[in-house]
Amino acid sequence: MAASPAYGEEKGGSSSLGEPEYGHDPASGGIFSSDYKRHDDLKEMLDSNKDSLKLEAMKRIVAMIARGKNASDLFPAVVKNVACKNIEVKKLVYVYLVRYAEEQQDLALLSISTFQRGLKDPNQLIRASALRVLSSIRVPIIVPIMMLAIKEAASDMSPYVRKTAAHAIPKLYSLDSDQKDQLIEVIEKLLADKTTLVAGSVVMAFEEVCPERIDLIHKNYRKLCNLLIDVEEWGQVVIINMLTRYARTQFLSPNQNESLLEENTEKAFYGSEEEDAKDAKAEAASLAKRKPYVMDPDHRLLLRNTKPLLQSRNAAVVMAVAQLYFHLAPKAEVGVIAKALVRLLRSHSEVQYVVLQNVATMSIKRRGMFEPYLKSFYIRSTDPTQIKILKLEVLTNLANETNISTILREFQTYIRSMDKDFVAATIQAIGRCATNIGKVRDTCLNGLVQLLSNRDELVVAESVVVIKKLLQMQPAQHSEIIKHMAKLTDNIQVPMARASILWLIGEYCEHVPKIAPDVLRKMAKSFTNEEDIVKLQVINLAAKLYLTNSKQSKLLTQYVLNLAKYDQNYDIRDRARFIRQLIVPTEKSGALNKYAKKLFLAQKPAPILESSFKDRDHFQLGSLSHLLNAKAVGYQELPDWPDEAPDPSVRNVEVPEWTKCTSREKRKEKVEKPFYSDSEGESGPTESADSEPESGSEEHSSSSSSGSSSSDTEEEEEEEDSREQSEDKEEEEEEEEKRPKRKDKDGSRKAVSGSAGSPSEEEEEEEGAKKGKKKAPQGRKGHAETSSEEASTSESSSSGSDSGSEAEAKQRKPPSSKASSKEISLLDLDDFTPPPPQPIPSSSIISTSLVTDLEGLTLTDTSLTPTLLSPAFSAVKTYELLHRMAGEGLAVEYCFSRRPFPGDPHMVAVQIQISNNTDTEVKNLRVNEPKPLSGMRIQEFPEIERLAPGDTASVVMGIDFCDSTQAANFQLCTHTRQFYVSIQPPVGELMAPVFMSENEFKKEQGKLMGMSEITEKLMLPEKCQSDHTIVQQVTSAANVGRVPCGASNEYRFAAKTVTSGSLVLITLERREGSTAQLTINSEKMVIGTMLVKDIIQALAQ
Amino acid sequence: MCFQQKMIHSLFLINCSGDIFLEKHWKSVVSQSVCDYFFEAQEKAIDVENVPPVISTPHHYLISIYRDKIFFVSVIQTEVPPLFVIEFLHRVADTFQDYFGECSETAIKDNVVIVYELLEEMLDNGFPLATESNILKELIKPPTILRSVVNSITGSSNVGDTLPTGQLSNIPWRRAGVKYTNNEAYFDVIEEIDAIIDKSGSTVFAEIQGVIDSCIKLSGMPDLSLSFMNPRLLDDVSFHPCIRFKRWESERVLSFIPPDGNFRLISYRVSSQNLVAIPVYVKHMISFKENTSSGRFDVTIGPKQNMGKTVEGVVMTVHMPKAVLNMNLTATQGSYTFDPVTKVLTWDVGKITPQKLPNLKGIVNLQSGAPKPEENPSLNIQFKIQQLAISGLKVNRLDMYGEKYKPFKGVKYITKAGKFQVRT
Repeated sequence: MAASPAYGEEKGGSSSLGEPEYGHDPASGGIFSSDYKRHDDLKEMLDSNKDSLKLEAMKRIVAMIARGKNASDLFPAVVKNVACKNIEVKKLVYVYLVRYAEEQQDLALLSISTFQRGLKDPNQLIRASALRVLSSIRVPIIVPIMMLAIKEAASDMSPYVRKTAAHAIPKLYSLDSDQKDQLIEVIEKLLADKTTLVAGSVVMAFEEVCPERIDLIHKNYRKLCNLLIDVEEWGQVVIINMLTRYARTQFLSPNQNESLLEENTEKAFYGSEEEDAKDAKAEAASLAKRKPYVMDPDHRLLLRNTKPLLQSRNAAVVMAVAQLYFHLAPKAEVGVIAKALVRLLRSHSEVQYVVLQNVATMSIKRRGMFEPYLKSFYIRSTDPTQIKILKLEVLTNLANETNISTILREFQTYIRSMDKDFVAATIQAIGRCATNIGKVRDTCLNGLVQLLSNRDELVVAESVVVIKKLLQMQPAQHSEIIKHMAKLTDNIQVPMARASILWLIGEYCEHVPKIAPDVLRKMAKSFTNEEDIVKLQVINLAAKLYLTNSKQSKLLTQYVLNLAKYDQNYDIRDRARFIRQLIVPTEKSGALNKYAKKLFLAQKPAPILESSFKDRDHFQLGSLSHLLNAKAVGYQELPDWPDEAPDPSVRNVEVPEWTKCTSREKRKEKVEKPFYSDSEGESGPTESADSEPESGSEEHSSSSSSGSSSSDTEEEEEEEDSREQSEDKEEEEEEEEKRPKRKDKDGSRKAVSGSAGSPSEEEEEEEGAKKGKKKAPQGRKGHAETSSEEASTSESSSSGSDSGSEAEAKQRKPPSSKASSKEISLLDLDDFTPPPPQPIPSSSIISTSLVTDLEGLTLTDTSLTPTLLSPAFSAVKTYELLHRMAGEGLAVEYCFSRRPFPGDPHMVAVQIQISNNTDTEVKNLRVNEPKPLSGMRIQEFPEIERLAPGDTASVVMGIDFCDSTQAANFQLCTHTRQFYVSIQPPVGELMAPVFMSENEFKKEQGKLMGMSEITEKLMLPEKCQSDHTIVQQVTSAANVGRVPCGASNEYRFAAKTVTSGSLVLITLERREGSTAQLTINSEKMVIGTMLVKDIIQALAQ
Repeated sequence: MCFQQKMIHSLFLINCSGDIFLEKHWKSVVSQSVCDYFFEAQEKAIDVENVPPVISTPHHYLISIYRDKIFFVSVIQTEVPPLFVIEFLHRVADTFQDYFGECSETAIKDNVVIVYELLEEMLDNGFPLATESNILKELIKPPTILRSVVNSITGSSNVGDTLPTGQLSNIPWRRAGVKYTNNEAYFDVIEEIDAIIDKSGSTVFAEIQGVIDSCIKLSGMPDLSLSFMNPRLLDDVSFHPCIRFKRWESERVLSFIPPDGNFRLISYRVSSQNLVAIPVYVKHMISFKENTSSGRFDVTIGPKQNMGKTVEGVVMTVHMPKAVLNMNLTATQGSYTFDPVTKVLTWDVGKITPQKLPNLKGIVNLQSGAPKPEENPSLNIQFKIQQLAISGLKVNRLDMYGEKYKPFKGVKYITKAGKFQVRT
């Protein structure tokens, strides 16, 4: 009510419109009188036919609901507006309806028909929202309607509607659990869905409705693993948690044999593990040798595909992956999660709280994992107490012989803190360190004894308690401390501490025979004023003294027992009675009396100070139950590993639905550029690294080494293949696919080494061409692809297939065997005969030596007019025309093939690669409505009639860019959709190479001085020093031809612009050190300037 | 209804004085009285930051966060990862912040309808639905003064009448059809130094935590790639979902289609092997004398390893012991305040000039009779250094693909003190 003026103000705008005064707020009117009136005017507004009035009324009603006010009597008036046209009114009505439908079931039925109509709407969003509201109305009578709607929506065309259906399942289930069987059918169906949008929601529904039906997951397991990275973050959490449980039932423990090893080995293990990929790998290898355990490839798949999610910005996702690793990964690999968890400690304090709880549990089991991050758990005076105490817990768990001195030094600082609860916890922690690490026990004890003289009573009390526990371990050596503590009874008031001291004195009264009776004397005096626990200990002390030293303490004991007999607390009275019977011999007292000494002064085991987080890991980490250390409602027990692995073949999918294409090539391509392309990790060279923690530099070196040494690569590939095979279980198909692939891998290797004309050559070429057609010629990741690309290029040029791919700017592979690319024999020159018109752009770079060779062969000074050359020098870079996301599954890429366009020499040939990643056929692909800028011309490619799902088509179109880098805009149409796309040529593609002699070059250059000459100085980076690379970089940046040159430190290139045929001459002169000068002569100044930039950039890379 | 009800059941917003000023239920209504357990815990905790985030009650679990003087208390009935809820609640608070400029009780009350609409879209049946700011903004337009005036006249609404397409696409973080006349992309590289410096001035612990916050106003569907001169500096990185993980793995290039507007691109930690340069030093002399119930306080701050940049915005806060009654100090630079209630001393220093080092010294008055405080307070230092990323991280270049216009690009570096504490 207090807040109502604020709401009133918000509505101020409308009252200025001069509406009838409905501005009454419940608070402003009388308590009883206005109730009816208030709602009357709201009703009036709702009945009006002005949307603005309705909206105003709805806003006020929602504000009432927000404050928890009852607005249920407006139900009839509101529900009438469910079909209102105004979208905001409608939304607010939905809010109201969902809130009150449960209370007014009959009236709520009035709205149902509106939603039923909505379910049939052609617009997917309207269908979805209708289903959403319909399923949120908790009216049992509509269960059949809901069921029907869900079933229908589950097979809707739109993934968004299917997602909504998945959301509706738990709603219906909570309304009527009898529908379970039918709902499971729907879940089963939706689980098979292959869109990322649905995956998270349906797993959520699965978890709520039928978490026990683990069998439903089998067939979808691999798909879920692969989709995971592209699912929205909340869905990821749910899926990961579910998969953790799944994996626990289906795979064998990766650590089963290790548990037999003793602790020591485990420690050694951890020292090395933390982030050394190599170590982990070696470790894994050696483990593998030692024992027969082999990880199920599906188990590995899960670990590999979840790992990148440790980098998520969402703490819940990170935690989910962390717990997955903790529960499922081999010990050697768990370490990777530490870094991510430590990162979360920078987050909000609530996040810290939860993460620290989990780290505390983990650090008991896997101490080594967090040791490198010890300092991240250091405590700041500004941390909230609950965080401080958790950090302390972790620090204590991490303490070992090597770091204990550092930790104790830290603890010393903490003991001086102003936060007394924290100080008390620190003292406890010191006690625990002392018990766990024998080496420092005496140091700790001395430190604690010093604390006994602390000013703060709480500190002293806590110290006493801890010292008591420590002394119990070796009492004989410490009678001095016991004496010291005996003195403290005069000062310490904290009951627990007094009780502890008394117990100590009683327990070890033989060590302090003189003091003990005196203490009892003092305590007898103050007995009546003591707290109950102290009283009990006084009785206890008295009894023990009576038994050991009855001469001195008999009377005192009697006195104390008498006092206790009349105490107000019955516990104390009982205890007194009990003890009297035990120790004081009378006729009645039985046999027990003889054993009194044994009873009281038996050797007692020292208490074990251990973490409260011990054994908490039987709860799934990250769960609510773990946090509360109690089983929460609905907690799904994390099952133990099975002894025998269940049949892994249940996860085999006969016809992998989510990749309908049979060819592996095609599948790869389909996921060519997924968002975090890890989802198809199999193909990447980083794949092997994925399974271990990797450090950046390591990865780099490994990728370069795999590039340069072919034997290495081969091994890796083979490994990959075999793994892939076992994962995919596409048995025979797979085999078939594999064989030619292996062959062409070999083939490409042969081609590289220059042994052209080997018997398998032809076959390879065919193979290569076939593949090439299917593939988008773009920078890709993975040996498999690269090698098949090599195969395809080997046909047009056997030279430097590796370096060809390198030239692709996006390609990250460092140049491999350069030596081989230089070994080019003249036999390979057949690539200068115009290649058969086949759509794969050749990516070849020609080495310097070849150029000179060529020059000697084909060109003499006779041809004075520059000749246009076929595109020998080309490095193909692909650009994206339509991203598969934006294109709804249709991905289009283009590249400049650097071939003359057949129809028109003034056009630049653009190679377009269209791949259909959707699951339906795309028809009538064509270019529509080209909107060229003035002078620009576009020669469209012939219409593609149909493109089957997973297929790729390649077409060539010609564009006359008029020697400008303006983009060519046009529409790409399918039978259903049209996309606006544009192609912008890099300046280097607007020209075609010309061959000329040195003399010609100089002559032409002479004509293009002054304004037409652009000179720029640049630095050549280290790796760009060799002739080969310079030529390669320049030719990759621009479609130019090399011109021979006498001087060894100069490079010349020439080209003509495609449209106007103006000459572009490039001179690069190397100077002292790594400097160089680039000169471009061209009458097209704009092109010249841009080209300079591009070339410098290319050289700098 | 005792069937499993997962995820978030209800949400209550509670202010510091314990008023429940907003409630929202995604399933059956839960009575406000459930909050009594929360109030109980709050009372026990004394300090707001010590309220346990998870409270177990007989029938429900309460998971709460404290943000901007508001408790977001969610009611849970069954097992759910607590971080899931906590992260979501923070996302809600972030969204309010984003929509209303601040996440305060007044702002929420003033915009209660929008808040309700947002909550309705963010959760469906307690399970997060649309949490991306770009999608939400398509569904529900944020309030502006202009729009509220226009709305009141024309009766139009804040609810988007175009149906959101972002939700349907595979790039849910970016709204479709973005258009700007000036295309701009700004990146702020913000690094914070977390450090604990001990009494003698040596560093106990120091590390650099950085973020790159971006403000991207680019038309269409730009595909950006951002590369660094020295990407290997980054030890541990967490990404906005838009970043292509594989590209980073293989090439150390951030490649992404950005959301529209402001967002955090990455946060990172600089590898701990690198020594962290500590840009300031503090000389301190704090002592308390028992008999005279007074003490001395003398603190000097000076620059150190600041790479030739000025250290500015220096503020020192000290939580003095409870026994301190008052402080009589003189500052050679800036001004200081001491709050006798909270015992917090704040010294706003401003810029440090190496020629004349700022110093604050004087007398501390203690409560007479009280024992002298055993401990010296820690000094919390804040500072800022413009145009410097202390780790040496440098953005190399930003390339844009997919669109043809030339965007305006800007990168700004700033170094700040994070949790920078000097023990005395």
